[in-house]
Amino acid sequence: MIIANNVSKKFGSLQALNNLSVTCNKGECIALIGPNGSGKTTFIKTILGMVVCDSGFITFNGNNINNNWGYRSGIGYMPQIGRYPENMTIGQVLDMMKDIRKDSATFPLDEDLINRFNLNNLLHKRMRTLSGGTKQKVSAALAFMFNPEVLILDEPTAGLDPVSSEILKEKILLEKSKGKLILISSHILSELDDLVTQVIYMQDGTLCFHKTIEQLQADTGEHKLAKAIAQVMQQ
Amino acid sequence: MKKVIKYVIIDILRNKIMLGYTLFLFILSLSIFSLEDNAAKGLLGLLNIILIIVPLVSLIFSTIYVYNSAEFIELLVSQPLKRKTIWMSLFTGLASSMTLAFLAGAGIPVLIYQSDVTGLMMILIGVLLSVIFVAVALLAAVKTRDKAKGIGAAILLWLYFSLLFDGFILFLLFQFSDYPIEKAMVGVSMLNPIDLGRILILLKMDISAMMGYTGAIFKDFFGTVTGMSLSFLVLVIWIIMPLTLSVRNFKRKDL
Repeated sequence: MIIANNVSKKFGSLQALNNLSVTCNKGECIALIGPNGSGKTTFIKTILGMVVCDSGFITFNGNNINNNWGYRSGIGYMPQIGRYPENMTIGQVLDMMKDIRKDSATFPLDEDLINRFNLNNLLHKRMRTLSGGTKQKVSAALAFMFNPEVLILDEPTAGLDPVSSEILKEKILLEKSKGKLILISSHILSELDDLVTQVIYMQDGTLCFHKTIEQLQADTGEHKLAKAIAQVMQQ
Repeated sequence: MKKVIKYVIIDILRNKIMLGYTLFLFILSLSIFSLEDNAAKGLLGLLNIILIIVPLVSLIFSTIYVYNSAEFIELLVSQPLKRKTIWMSLFTGLASSMTLAFLAGAGIPVLIYQSDVTGLMMILIGVLLSVIFVAVALLAAVKTRDKAKGIGAAILLWLYFSLLFDGFILFLLFQFSDYPIEKAMVGVSMLNPIDLGRILILLKMDISAMMGYTGAIFKDFFGTVTGMSLSFLVLVIWIIMPLTLSVRNFKRKDL
């Protein structure tokens, strides 16, 4: 579904992505793991076309994403730090996104998360007055709202309280059972245990490995993802 | 594209600076016209102020607006929208609000006191200058990532167009005063939309006789239909050129 082929990106002298080749298929739930600054977010942003890669290419459903924009209607993206126009209220942001994506969305819209996060009571609040956690909730609600075939979640639970992060996890599991492709980058490995089916491990912009979780468990002899990764990192 | 323009315009119109700019222009024009007993003299006074204020506000406001909308742009880029659409919507929103502010602030008083060809020419030039400098501001903003640098570049550009360029012209005139450079001056004036606008309005005011031999040459060129159309064409190019450059830059920009 998403195929990255020898993708490289340099920011000045920093090699953010180095010949990265990854294949992600429908129905997979992939964890994107790696130390800080290993290029996870850059990789996610290249998939979304927010960062343009220097060489290599990415295809989405067989179409090159370069100079293409329509494919993004199939992606729900939850950024690491949600940044929104500060003067707009939550309600206005939600309405604006509905307005922009209404041509490509499948109805009815998925407002499950809006209801469960109780965002309906906060609709009149301006984005600049929101706490980091509430912004995350808005980001999550927006990512799931349009029933996309691919969900890209960049550190989804960072900043969320335990109850909300549990709600979000349930939602991710539900969407996974519908056969969607889900990409999650996170540092909280214990949370990923019951979610993911595959692991992509990156370091300094290069792909270290891309394995199914069973294979990783077999290779390292560890059952828990956190311990398995820790063992890999120490090697 | 319409959807995004709608949100940009709503956002700009809510901005108090826009309202202040309109009021400022309005009060300024009214007071200049009522100070002078002759409306033509008033127009001349207004011209000098407008040729400084309009590019300045257009440039600085647009540059700051683009930097302040960084979040908005980032949000839109991750959505199924063309990058060109996003950038053009931003331009259209800014250009139409600046035009609206100019028409309401300076256009109405000019029409009240001097609703002839000269007045209309002044309004047209004011609108064109507003749009030109929105385009220039977008180019400055897309080229520099740093907000302070970008605003600095916008101020320098304004300084160049409204002061330094004139100094450069004077320098040329004095250095080459022994040579017949009047015709070349017509060409050089095309390099600065503010100068071009000033010449076009001054010639309509029929005071070119005071500008000596150069004035006669200018009259010969800018007074004709060909010269006029060519000057307006150049002004339109001054919009299109920075805009296309900025679109091209924005398409490749990392957010």
